[in-house]
Amino acid sequence: MSAGQQAPPDLSALRMLRQARDRIDRDYAEPVGIASLAAEAGYSHTHFIRAFHAAYGETPGAYRTRRRVERACELLRSVNLSVTEICHAVGFTSLGSFSARFSELMGQSPSAYRAEAARRGGPAPIPGCFALMWRTGLPAAPGPADGPVPAAPGPADGPVPATGPGPAPGPADGLGQALGRVPAAPAPPQERLPA
Amino acid sequence: MIMGMSFVSVWVLNQDSAKEFYTTKLGCELTNDLRLDNGMRWLTVRPEGSKDQELLLMDPAHSMLDTPTAEQVRALVAKGALSPGVLATSDCREDYKALSALGVEFLQEPAVRPYGIEAVLRDDSGNWYSFTQRTA
Repeated sequence: MSAGQQAPPDLSALRMLRQARDRIDRDYAEPVGIASLAAEAGYSHTHFIRAFHAAYGETPGAYRTRRRVERACELLRSVNLSVTEICHAVGFTSLGSFSARFSELMGQSPSAYRAEAARRGGPAPIPGCFALMWRTGLPAAPGPADGPVPAAPGPADGPVPATGPGPAPGPADGLGQALGRVPAAPAPPQERLPA
Repeated sequence: MIMGMSFVSVWVLNQDSAKEFYTTKLGCELTNDLRLDNGMRWLTVRPEGSKDQELLLMDPAHSMLDTPTAEQVRALVAKGALSPGVLATSDCREDYKALSALGVEFLQEPAVRPYGIEAVLRDDSGNWYSFTQRTA
């Protein structure tokens, strides 16, 4: 949309990209590779990453990382699980990379974040969906700090753009939601993906 | 005094498809489908449990918007950036099951929140709605 960006892709392409992004939102804890998301969207791996970046201002890997960190924030605020358990619950396989990505996005370690959330107290009366969509939805216009689109990132998460995590994390969501998500429950079968 | 919103405008990519989606999947009642002289199609539906609030399903390409702006709006809808608001439901979990079975795409299954039970769905164009059963 912004000046200097290439013209927006056609609507059916945007729709495919949105469905891929929705899949990341739903199945963030699953070990779904970016390559398979690309294939489902009908793109080559490299083209998918470029198209996703053009539409949403960050790579799908970076978006997934942000989604996982955002879910981790909720669990840290509301559930009495260890940091390691939360790391795995949201789809990270290594505590080291979880802590590093979390610190990059949130500006503090998971433990520090949890301690601060406990000091701040109870949930704010803001609908959780707005926190969800706001914080994991469209980022601010990509700035120069975003870095180049990687040509061929590996299966691991792509580089996390240096854009900040935005405003303070959303409200603590209900315990039921948090607990319901811990076992990385599979998406209901009705949530079909594009063929 | 202000009584509330009587129509909520919803940008859709295809009015025929939206009409089908909102009436056969979301269970809304078709309240108007009129062609105006200026080319605008006035397509409105009313949620089953609503007395006086309707959704106005608008095609940006046939609205007050200029063509480049309409294209921008269409792209925003397609990429999933826009939300018309919150759909209130009397039973979030049951409706979630029923709507899912009809093929409605949910981003988030029902979850307990401080203010009620909430799911998040998308319409056929890409608009997202909070789908909430408020705490009594």
